[in-house]
Amino acid sequence: MTAATEREDGKDGRLEETERVQAGPGPGRGPFGGGMVGGKPSDFRASARRLAGMLAPHRAKVWGVGVLTLASVVLMSLAPRILGHATDLVFAGLVGSRFPEGMSKDDAVAATRAGGDDTVADMLASMDVVPGQGVDFDAVARVLLGVLAVYVLASLLSWLAGFLLNDVVQATVRRMRSDVEDKVHRLPLSYVDRQPRGELLSRATNDIDNVSQSLQQTMGQLLTSVLTVVAVLSMMVWISPLLALIALVSVPVSILLTSRVMKRSQGMFIQQWRVTGRLNAHIEETFSGHALVKVFGRQREAQRVFDEQNADLHDAAFKAQFVSGLVMPIMMFVGNLNYVVVAVVGGIRVASGQLSLGEVQAFVQYTRQFTQPLSQIASMLNLMQSGVASAERVFELLDAEEESPEPPYDAGAGDGPGEVRFEHVSFAYDPDRPLIEDLSLVADPGHTVAIVGPTGAGKTTLVNLVMRFYELDGGRITLDGVDVATLPRSVLRSRIGMVLQDTWLFEGTIRDNIAYGRPDAGEEEVLRAARATFVDRFVHSLPDGYDTVVDEEGGSLSAGERQLVTIARAFLSDPALLILDEATSAVDTRTEVLLQQAMAALRTDRTSFVIAHRLSTIRDADLILVMRDGGIVEQGDHEGLLARDGEYAALYRSQFETA
Amino acid sequence: MLLSLVRRGVAPYRRHVAVVVLMQFLGTVAALTLPSLNADIIDRGIVTGDIGYIWRHGALMLLVSLAQVACTITAVWFAARTAMAFGRDTRSRIFERVGTFSAREVQHFGAPSLITRETNDVQQVQMLVVMAGTLAVAAPIMMVGSVLMALREDVGLSWLLVAVVPALGVSIGFIVSRMVPSFRLMQVRIDEVNRLLREQITGVRVVRAFVREQHETERFAQANDELTGVAVTAGRWMAGMFPVVMLVANVSTVAVVWFGGHRVESGAMEIGAITAYIAYLMQVVMSVMMATFMLMMVPRAAVCAERITEVLATDTSVVPPAEPVRETVERGTLRLESVDFAYPGADVAVLHDVSLEAGPGRTLAIVGSTGAGKSTLVNLVPRLFDATSGRVLVGGVDVRRLDPEVLWSRIGLVPQKAFLFSGTVASNLRHGKADATEQEMWEALEVAQARDFVEALPEGLEAPVAQAGTNFSGGQKQRLAIARAVVRRPEIYLFDDSFSALDLTTDARLRAALAPITRDATVVVVAQRVSTIRDADEILVLEDGRVVGRGTHDELLAGCGTYQEIVASQFSAQEAS
Repeated sequence: MTAATEREDGKDGRLEETERVQAGPGPGRGPFGGGMVGGKPSDFRASARRLAGMLAPHRAKVWGVGVLTLASVVLMSLAPRILGHATDLVFAGLVGSRFPEGMSKDDAVAATRAGGDDTVADMLASMDVVPGQGVDFDAVARVLLGVLAVYVLASLLSWLAGFLLNDVVQATVRRMRSDVEDKVHRLPLSYVDRQPRGELLSRATNDIDNVSQSLQQTMGQLLTSVLTVVAVLSMMVWISPLLALIALVSVPVSILLTSRVMKRSQGMFIQQWRVTGRLNAHIEETFSGHALVKVFGRQREAQRVFDEQNADLHDAAFKAQFVSGLVMPIMMFVGNLNYVVVAVVGGIRVASGQLSLGEVQAFVQYTRQFTQPLSQIASMLNLMQSGVASAERVFELLDAEEESPEPPYDAGAGDGPGEVRFEHVSFAYDPDRPLIEDLSLVADPGHTVAIVGPTGAGKTTLVNLVMRFYELDGGRITLDGVDVATLPRSVLRSRIGMVLQDTWLFEGTIRDNIAYGRPDAGEEEVLRAARATFVDRFVHSLPDGYDTVVDEEGGSLSAGERQLVTIARAFLSDPALLILDEATSAVDTRTEVLLQQAMAALRTDRTSFVIAHRLSTIRDADLILVMRDGGIVEQGDHEGLLARDGEYAALYRSQFETA
Repeated sequence: MLLSLVRRGVAPYRRHVAVVVLMQFLGTVAALTLPSLNADIIDRGIVTGDIGYIWRHGALMLLVSLAQVACTITAVWFAARTAMAFGRDTRSRIFERVGTFSAREVQHFGAPSLITRETNDVQQVQMLVVMAGTLAVAAPIMMVGSVLMALREDVGLSWLLVAVVPALGVSIGFIVSRMVPSFRLMQVRIDEVNRLLREQITGVRVVRAFVREQHETERFAQANDELTGVAVTAGRWMAGMFPVVMLVANVSTVAVVWFGGHRVESGAMEIGAITAYIAYLMQVVMSVMMATFMLMMVPRAAVCAERITEVLATDTSVVPPAEPVRETVERGTLRLESVDFAYPGADVAVLHDVSLEAGPGRTLAIVGSTGAGKSTLVNLVPRLFDATSGRVLVGGVDVRRLDPEVLWSRIGLVPQKAFLFSGTVASNLRHGKADATEQEMWEALEVAQARDFVEALPEGLEAPVAQAGTNFSGGQKQRLAIARAVVRRPEIYLFDDSFSALDLTTDARLRAALAPITRDATVVVVAQRVSTIRDADEILVLEDGRVVGRGTHDELLAGCGTYQEIVASQFSAQEAS
């Protein structure tokens, strides 16, 4: 209610327009908010650089991550090669044991060649064989212990890198969150109002979550993957440049294949999200309007639309799922091709003595290690794009214009009995559509000023200007002779108590909610405020009394009771100046009587601005302002205005009209 | 729950599932044959120097690779088919089931919760079916196959497999068991942080008005620190996952070479088997990991499945008549005979012994404070609820015996919360009357005091209406909702507190315009404002679900205490008289 009323009150058309643009089904809206964060960043480089900049305070740790990852990858890549030596030793022992002891290796080669087995002889010649000697298990054990050490160390380093990276990412995201939270307090209200509902929140929550996840995954895995590809490739070249070349051919092949598949599937996923959004919007509408769909006999139509869109979703989702599901088999196939080629070509080269068997075994392991990071890099790049896009949206929020800086404060300025003056004030939400123009008025200390008028007349805007929620375009507002623009906002606002239409309660006990404006208030003061504003009455019927926890939605409290709590809150803060926006349409009339009495109690001896919806409640106001289209069309007291028989009299009659 | 939901949903696609299993099986067999062929190349090609053998077996490996990719792609195709059909059918079942629900069941679940179940929850379970079709089917086959193939290479080393699988299971299990509570706690903390931010944004005016920015920042900083703390813990465990798995896998590779070496030396095993054995071992490790990831998804999907099943298992409390009456016997009459209404399990009845009668040309008003049961009473008429006892008669027929379509066609309902459907102004009005002409629509808008602002829209009747009508103000939505009922020209109008969002002048004009067109209709008005209902032919005063007064304004003013209080709260004494 509150946001809507506020909008009606003042900047009706303008916001409606922006809303119309924003509205409409989309996967990013409604209860499906989390579905589509990210997307494509508009300036990838700048945002990525800025995101990287946020890591700067943790430079040492980031370097640590890099060095540890590099070390771990190098070790991990060396291991198969060393393991290959062990296999070679076994093989050599195996071959060596075929020949009689004491025979020299050359004799053994010659003997083999004499037997007509040229290939084996070639292989034998290149091997480290001692004829007659079996497998040297001491040597094998030494090699294997070395490999074991390398593996343990590699795992340890990789874990340490992940550990450090996690700390860096969490610290960065924590900073980001607190930056956003700080920002929320410095944004001008006009900015907050302008954002579609949920947009601000989505940036502050979903986007930051997404940044956190993609940072963690990409930074760790991207680095590992790239380094692994490089390291493995170098190992391959070291073992056999020819085989490495063959393996290398698979790189462009797999990149080409996956990027084509991914590009296709991306379009399909977009289509899937679009259809999902449409279907979800239809479901949302049908379920929320359940009773109306029935009573107006729309069920068959709703079912027909649902069936159609459901079938569309099925088709789109199937395509997206199938095409994206192709990536894995294709990559596997490319990997297997590599494997086959290495097995064959490697085998021939071993047979011809140019490679050892252990080297081929190592090579097979390397080709396995090689294709996997390649496909990972591709998906990491996608994830990174989405993360940077989210970061960009957060940065946009952080870069939004801020309220003007606070002026220096002379202690005591603006203190006084509470006289408020508007001097030639003008204000517009939209420069093209001035709302308030050249408005002047005086509220004497201790007086009640009532503001009445149709929706959209600018009543709420007027009182928001006193709070300096918006900055004036012209003229000035003074509090006890001091221009409010020269007072720090906190000083100004702490002198004013405000009861908004928006019955905002935070999640906490009723006691804490009452004490919100004055957390240092004692129990007795809280109780006094509660009694004066009739909160005490209903609190006793609650199971936990003042310790009952309420939330944003109000939970166990009715709309009227929530409003009473906000009145108690203003009462306790004991301000010199009061602003009451009477929101009572949701409240039944007998509760409203209580509200009226509570507000009257609050008004005693304070300068008060009251936005009245029911004219009977403000007949004894000292000054009644009748507003229309941002201007004051009439002012005076009740009797005077009635006698004048103008706008106010007409309004008054319409409320008590007996048709 | 999860299992029976999936089993039932997948049942029609039994053949697809069979193909998936078969293809995954064949693909796995092919994948497993590769290392074995490689071993053959080493043992019979390299060792004997038979280059021709190497080529022939290389070609065989290529064929096997092709067969594998063909099988896997086929499996992916059918798995995607099955999963998406499952999702579509489940959504459809939920949608149809909710269609049968009465307002009571919808209230019980809450519309937002129903929406989440229909969309997000189905999505989750569907995702699981996709994964099951690709991973869950493949993993066990792969594991069993790898073990068999490894055994074929050498039985003597099989104890290694027996050792590796549990070692892997235990280490992954240990890390996951540490990680899961952290992740769960992290979700709680994330919700907390998001809640604080939401409070700050929605309550921005209050925070600023009371100069509590500092306090809010401190509150947030604490929640932020707590979240970071648990995220760091969770992340550290997560960081350990991959290195540990790799370590187990690599250590077992080393073990294969060592123990395999001894067996090769003793002649129990061929040298090529070592390479093959390593490959099989890696497959086993992979399949255990896949199975673990799969298992991690299960708890979440199980919760979703439970929520879906709950909806599917709920029967409507408003059962359509078996032999519906298709004609009403009187025109536009409405009668309630000692109606009681209570929610199941509730101690206090919402309505108690309520009787009323209304007929064409008469206006019946219902007043009372919030929670008195006014809306419930109105909802009994179109059978959004059924009375617990007593009877509701429309046109002289018990609503429980009437064909729902006939019943609804007699009624024009304007709910408390104006609700518009996305589309255009005209499409919304046509919900009231499907074949309404432009002229009829403009007339209805005129009555509802909506003509002016609709005319002012550039597209007029074709002006777009956003979902839930968010591009119109509260008052405008309310007037369009009234026009939608008016265009229908029903026998019975039900206005459920429909005038509260209107300012008093508009309210008065609207009532004046309604008078002539409702001359032959029955009008039931629920209202807060006395000014709205003081001219009604009869006013019913409800308090705590009971009728505490009935009569005209003047009669009640004279004799009904509750009514006097209500009036007094709105008018000063001389204005009321």
